[in-house]
Amino acid sequence: MQFSDNTFIIRAFHVHKRYGSKSALVDISFDVCENEFLFLTGPSGAGKTTLLKMLYLGEPVSEGQIVVDGVNLSRISRRRVPFLRRKFGIIFQDYKLIPTKNVFENIALVVEAVGTKRRLVRKKVNSLLRTVGIEGKAKAFPPSLSGGEQQRVAVARAVAGNPGIILADEPTGSLDTESAGIIFNLLKSFHARGATVIIATHDIELIRKTGGRVIVLEQGRVQAATTIPKLT
Amino acid sequence: MLHIFKRAARDIRTNSFLNTVAVITIALSVLLISAFALFFINADALMTFWTEGIRIMAYVGPDVPEKETQQVRENIRRMAGVQEVRFIPKEEALEQFKAQMKAQSSLVGNLKENPLPDAFEIRVAEVSRTWENFERLAEEIATFPSVEEVEYGQKWLGRFIHIFNLVRLTGYAMGCLFFMATVFFVANTIRLVLYSRQEEVEIMRLVGASESFIKDPFYIQSLIQGALGGIIGLGALYVMFNFVAGNWKLEIGDWRLGIPAVDFPVPGFHLRFLPPDLSIGILLGSMLVGWMGCYVSLKQFLRL
Repeated sequence: MQFSDNTFIIRAFHVHKRYGSKSALVDISFDVCENEFLFLTGPSGAGKTTLLKMLYLGEPVSEGQIVVDGVNLSRISRRRVPFLRRKFGIIFQDYKLIPTKNVFENIALVVEAVGTKRRLVRKKVNSLLRTVGIEGKAKAFPPSLSGGEQQRVAVARAVAGNPGIILADEPTGSLDTESAGIIFNLLKSFHARGATVIIATHDIELIRKTGGRVIVLEQGRVQAATTIPKLT
Repeated sequence: MLHIFKRAARDIRTNSFLNTVAVITIALSVLLISAFALFFINADALMTFWTEGIRIMAYVGPDVPEKETQQVRENIRRMAGVQEVRFIPKEEALEQFKAQMKAQSSLVGNLKENPLPDAFEIRVAEVSRTWENFERLAEEIATFPSVEEVEYGQKWLGRFIHIFNLVRLTGYAMGCLFFMATVFFVANTIRLVLYSRQEEVEIMRLVGASESFIKDPFYIQSLIQGALGGIIGLGALYVMFNFVAGNWKLEIGDWRLGIPAVDFPVPGFHLRFLPPDLSIGILLGSMLVGWMGCYVSLKQFLRL
């Protein structure tokens, strides 16, 4: 499939990542189109999480270049980094919720951080809670929630700033089948609303069920890039 | 802005223990530094009180002609820093002596001739009442051939002033040390708060919160800590001062706190508390300490 330059939301050119003398990623090049649903897969330690982190500057690139929405990450100033990160909604395998804040506050933090007007914060958070189906848990604290509920809060927080790109690192990795299905359906619904979704997962079944473009990483290198049709 | 204050207040409540430690640290330092300031202010006032009463006495030698005495008087009057020169003839001096020695008047009455010399009583202008000026004037007056001896009394005061100046220097040095130590302590306390919220700060950064969104509540928090520490420190000093100065007393049965309301050991001299402008300065200083502590720790922490 060919895309014109202006439809690529992410472009990676010969990206390397090294930790000291150890190479985590070697010569990675790929493009992601707007509103694409992309899987990054491969065994543990293949470099999926590292690659995701480099997209939002959670890790610096050792060599090569990454361009996100026309911004070259190698040349971005420190002051612009928060604005770059607002383009992303990030979902972590371990949820990364703040345990001392309740569900409402965890989501409101992001809504406020992206500069939403104060009077609109409550409305926006309540709307997000309804979207992910946990409106009754607004005052609960994360440790009192199940894994599936916590991940739903994490999804709500990820999309709270209306990001164009959603990065999900093993979003269903520690969830039961039912909870994983709910989370996955939520991601698909955000994709349907126009978001670009990149999911790092080693769950082949999940990829088969959904279908889409897949980049396979192994030992820090791209082993294959293919499109898997949706299982019917 | 109000929203940032609310976030800061909420953060203070959430980390109440560490914030209390920071406030107590600042309060103790403010108490120590302002106690030093209070001591120096009162010691300075006491020096001024004492030096106000000092007169330089220049004793004229025997058989100095009146014309020459008048010339000496004129020369002294023209010296820089001299406010007034009064000539005390030896007859007047004897009369004063007799009046002071009423009980031993018979001893004085038996004197065949007046043993006291003529003298000049020299008052120094208010702006020149430093110990260095007293010494300089006394030395210059002593160079006049007609002047036999110069005294400016209370030589112990000179030594006291020198010692006091040394103590004052030590006080400044200690004040600087306390200031730096407080900044260090506050910086470490705020760093502990930051470490306890490391995950929260990291998440805020990942979701695209601006540096000011993350930092502002910490700065507001540190200014509140500084202000609270300053108020508590100054308040504690005010309470202690009033008990020491005898303005307040607390009596529970036989137990009593506070010095009886009598004059300070130097009659006519009253202890005074820190002036309002200095108190406000100390309060602002303690807020600055809080702010600097926050600045130092944020600069290190957010670089990680």
